[in-house]
Amino acid sequence: MIPRKARVRRRWSETPGVFTLDLALDDGQANPFAFAPGQFNMLTVFGVGEVAISISGDPSDTKSLLHTIRDVGAVTHALDGLEAGAVLGLRGPFGAGWPLDEARGRDVVIVAGGLGLAPLRPALHGLIGQRERFGSIELLYGARSPDDILFERELEGWRHRLDLNVEVTVDHAPATWRGHVGVVTTLIARAGFDAPDTIAFVCGPEVMMRFAIKALEDAGVEREAIYLSMERNMKCAVGLCGHCQFGPAFICRDGPVLRYDRLRDLLALKEF
Amino acid sequence: MEGLERFVREHPFFAGLEEGFLGLVCGCARNVVFQAGDYLFHEGAPADQFYLLRHGRVGLEITVPGRSAVTFQTLVAGEIVGVSWLFPPYRWTYDARALELTRAIALDAACLRGKCEQDHDLGYDLMKRFVPVVVERLHATRMQILDVYGTST
Repeated sequence: MIPRKARVRRRWSETPGVFTLDLALDDGQANPFAFAPGQFNMLTVFGVGEVAISISGDPSDTKSLLHTIRDVGAVTHALDGLEAGAVLGLRGPFGAGWPLDEARGRDVVIVAGGLGLAPLRPALHGLIGQRERFGSIELLYGARSPDDILFERELEGWRHRLDLNVEVTVDHAPATWRGHVGVVTTLIARAGFDAPDTIAFVCGPEVMMRFAIKALEDAGVEREAIYLSMERNMKCAVGLCGHCQFGPAFICRDGPVLRYDRLRDLLALKEF
Repeated sequence: MEGLERFVREHPFFAGLEEGFLGLVCGCARNVVFQAGDYLFHEGAPADQFYLLRHGRVGLEITVPGRSAVTFQTLVAGEIVGVSWLFPPYRWTYDARALELTRAIALDAACLRGKCEQDHDLGYDLMKRFVPVVVERLHATRMQILDVYGTST
């Protein structure tokens, strides 16, 4: 429960209001930092507070530890103000990640909306790292506008690969934009995966995930093969405090990645 | 005509269309090609056709006063452009522009509406095909209006 000391190695802006911190552990303990795609860390700005942030980098890259963050509250705003060399606290990694082992031999469709691409990026790196073990891989990404597309250069690189299908859409765009326009769910019907043998990883705002689930089910993907990354108010991160309880599950401990059939009835309830 | 029938039969929008209806639909159809930048139609103009996209991509745009045009949807091969031809006053409510070389089947709206009036089974079949498209686009519009990726969420 005690944070480890970490230091900001680099900080850069991704899109308006979104930035990435590359951290290095600075406490003399085990380094590099091992994590599974989809896991998160609790980052502490001393004197301000602690916040749960998904790890957004490549799990096999031992030289960086990336967190991509939107400046929306007091702690994330303070994180946004940190420069290279600044000290912060880190607890983690926590939670259950994306089930890459279950994806072996199957088609994989990744549906990401907005900042939801950040916790999915490690999964995509993991899939690419063992590319021969999977069927087709589709990344379907939706952003608000062309200016809000995360990891644009990396997306372009993936798009040039012959063994990945990457489609990007924006909700609205100026007429000069040459790409797709429309909600990310429209890409699901156009994608070329073999639905009965497909596993889907979905992350984004909950409304978007509900629409994505419907589109995936309409396309024939089994609900037991749909995984979501849930976001709740995580505090202790070890399933003790109950702040992130979602029905019978604690998002911090049992999630954040959970199978859709475990959440199906709860997603429709307003009080959750 | 044979090629046209094949295109209509193979287009996902008309999947499973009865042979009898196919002939009626094809009687109102013709092949069209748009170069990149060509407009399929403009806002306010009579909605006298709709299009089955065979190849290429079309952007639906609304011009906002004082700003340049905003694209709110792009459509690709296998999808349809235009539902305003179904309902009075039969006017387009947005612009549609080819974003790249686009090949399509254009269906004459007055011709098809006339055939639907004469043969309600055809009309009912067409409605069952159009309503899910309209509902799906309504849902998509709702998601866009919610601005789910906005900073407030």
